[in-house]
Amino acid sequence: MSVAQTVHAAAVSDHPDRELHLYKEMLKIRETELQLARAYRDGHVMGACHTYVGQEAVAVGVCAHLQVEDAVFSTHRGHGHALAKGVAATEVAAELFGRATGCSGGRGGSMHLFSPEVGMMGTTGIVGPNILQAVGAGYAFQLNGEDRVAVAFFGDGAVNNGAFHEGLNLASIWDLPVVFVCENNLYATEVPFAYAAGNPEVAMRAEGYGCPGRAVDGNNVMEVDTVAEEAVARARRGDGPTLLECKTYRTRAHAEGMPEVGYRTQEEVDSWRARDPIALLRSHLVGTGRVAADEISAWEDKARTEALAAIEFAKASPWPDPRTVFDFVDSSDSAEAARRS
Amino acid sequence: MSAASQTLTFTEAAREGLAEEMERDASVFVVGEGIGERGGNFNTTLGLFDRFGPSRIRDTPITERGFVGMCTGAAMAGARPVVDFMFLDFILDAFGELVNQVAKIQYMSSGRLRMPMVLRGCIGVGGSAATHHSGNYYPFFLHQPGFKVVVPSTPRDAKGLLKTAIRSDDPVLFLEHKLLLATRGEVPSEPYLEPLGRARVRRTGRHATVVAVGVMTPKALAAADSLAGSGHDIEVIDLVSIAPLDTATILESVAKTGRLLIADEDYQPCGVGAEISARVCTDGFDLLDAPVARLNGAYVPIPYSPSLEQAVVPSQDAVVQALRDLLAE
Repeated sequence: MSVAQTVHAAAVSDHPDRELHLYKEMLKIRETELQLARAYRDGHVMGACHTYVGQEAVAVGVCAHLQVEDAVFSTHRGHGHALAKGVAATEVAAELFGRATGCSGGRGGSMHLFSPEVGMMGTTGIVGPNILQAVGAGYAFQLNGEDRVAVAFFGDGAVNNGAFHEGLNLASIWDLPVVFVCENNLYATEVPFAYAAGNPEVAMRAEGYGCPGRAVDGNNVMEVDTVAEEAVARARRGDGPTLLECKTYRTRAHAEGMPEVGYRTQEEVDSWRARDPIALLRSHLVGTGRVAADEISAWEDKARTEALAAIEFAKASPWPDPRTVFDFVDSSDSAEAARRS
Repeated sequence: MSAASQTLTFTEAAREGLAEEMERDASVFVVGEGIGERGGNFNTTLGLFDRFGPSRIRDTPITERGFVGMCTGAAMAGARPVVDFMFLDFILDAFGELVNQVAKIQYMSSGRLRMPMVLRGCIGVGGSAATHHSGNYYPFFLHQPGFKVVVPSTPRDAKGLLKTAIRSDDPVLFLEHKLLLATRGEVPSEPYLEPLGRARVRRTGRHATVVAVGVMTPKALAAADSLAGSGHDIEVIDLVSIAPLDTATILESVAKTGRLLIADEDYQPCGVGAEISARVCTDGFDLLDAPVARLNGAYVPIPYSPSLEQAVVPSQDAVVQALRDLLAE
C-alpha cells in the first residue's frame, strides 16, 4: 500500500471544545513520550521502550468515549493508551524508571503497565493476548448486566495471530461489548504488513466474523473520534463488537535505540511526519482562527513542563524494596506463600 | 456417619460441588466444548445448562487459546470462570496464555488484579484413548510460579477441592483421572470444603512411605494391603496437591519410615517425584535409610493398543515390586 492511498484530507468536524480536549490529550502523550525517549538515551529507562509518537490520534480519539469503568487492554506500545485512559504521567514515567511509585510498582516496566483503578487493564509483551482479554472483560460485563465496554488496542502485527481470529469470532457470536482497534502502522517491528498479509485491508476481515469493520485515517483524530463514538455506542447498547482499522504510522523507531530507516525509506518517514496528527489538528485550529497560535504554544509549554515534572518525579522516587520480590505471586500477598511452593 | 453422608461417584461429587458454587456466586461461569445441553463429554455439567442457562454454562467453539484468553480477561474484570477442557491435552493450545498471562497478572499488577480461574480436565492413561487424549502434564504447572494444582483421587476430595478451587482468587488446575471418574465413595451430605495444598495420609505404616499421585493412590493402597501379609507395614500418602507440594507431610512420614517411594503415572524426568526427592534429600537426608525410589510411567508417547498401553502404566504389581526392592535396601 502506498502512503498516498492512506492519506485523506483532514475532515475535522465542527466540535471546537472536543477538538481542544483531543489536542491537549495528544500533546500530553507526545511530550511524555519525547521525555521518556530522552530518559532512555540517558540510561534511566531500561529494557525496551516502544514510543507511541505519531499514533496519538488513535488512543485519544477512542478513549475520549470511554468512562473510567470501561476497560482498555493494550500492547507493547502502550504508553499512549495508559495516558489516554487516565493513568498519571508520573506513574507511567516512574514505572519505566523501575521505581516503587510506578503504576506496576516497578514489576513491569514499559510493557506491563497496570492501573485497573482507571480501567487500564494492562499492556503486554506478547502480541495477541490482550485481544482475548478484552473479549473476556466484555463477557464479564455482559454476564453482570453492566453497560461497560472493553477495548483492545493492537497493531497490524497482531491480526495475523490466532488470538485475533479467535477473539473476534467469540465476541461476534456472543454480541460482546468490545471494540477492537487495530493501529495499522504498516510494520510489525520491521516487517512490512503488505508482505505479511494476504489481504492488507484489516477492516475487511470483520466481515469474516460477522461484525462491522471500519477503516479510517488514524492520523486524523476527529475521524477516529467519529468512528469510535459509533463503535463504543454500539457496544454499550449491547449490539456487539466492531473492528476499527486506524491507518497510522510510528515516526520513531520500533523501539528506542533501533534504526528509524533501512527497512523503510526516509522519504516514507518524512511523508508521514508531514501529516503528523498533532500538527494536522494544530494547523486546522489555527488556520480556521479557532485558537490563536500563541495560545496553543502556551498549551505546548504546559504539556512539556508536566512531562518534565513526571520525569523528575520518577527520578526522585525510591527503588522497590528487594524484600518485596515474593509479594503478589498469588492472592495470599505474602513472601511466605510464594516460598512454600 | 451414614446419616450424614451419601455415596457418589467422583464425577457426581465434583458436579454437585460445581452446582453448589454456581448457586452461591452468580459470577461463576463455565466454558467448554459440549458442556451446554450435552452436559459435557464426561458429564461434568450434566443438567446444569437447564439450571443456570447459556451464559453461565457456555458452550464454546473449538478455540482453546481463545476461551482461556477470554476467561483471563473475565477474571481480571471480576468474574470467576471455570474452564472445562474435557481432555487436559487440549490445554496445550492455550499454554502461552496460561504461562505468560494467567500465572503472571497478579504479580505484574502488584495484586490489584486477581486471577480466580479454575482449569479442569481429564488426565491419564486408559481406555485406549491414545496419545492425544492421555496426557498428565501437571509438572509444567509446578515449575511455573503462580499456579495451584490438585489431583484428587476420591469423590470427597473431588467435591471439596473443586469448591475451594472456585472460591480461590488464584488459578487452580483441577485434574481428574479418567479411570477414577466412576469411583464411588462417601461424601458428606452437609456443605464442606477441602483445603488446597495438603497431602492426605491414607494408610499409616512404619516400614516405608509411598507418595502416590492420583490414580496411583488406589494401586498403592492395594499394594500395601498385599504386603501386610508378609509383615511389611506401608504408609500411603495421597499427594492430592501438586502445587504447592506438601513437603511437611512427606518429611513427617519419612521421619517415621526412613524409606520413600514416589509412584506417579506421569513421566519421571523433571517430574513431581524428582522435586519431592530433591526436597527430601535436602531437608531430610538424615531421615533416609535408603535412596529415594521413583516409579513412573514409561517415558514414551502414550500408545493405543491395550498391550502397549498396559506396558507404559505402573501396575499394582509394579508398586509391590518397587516396595520390596526399597525394603531390601
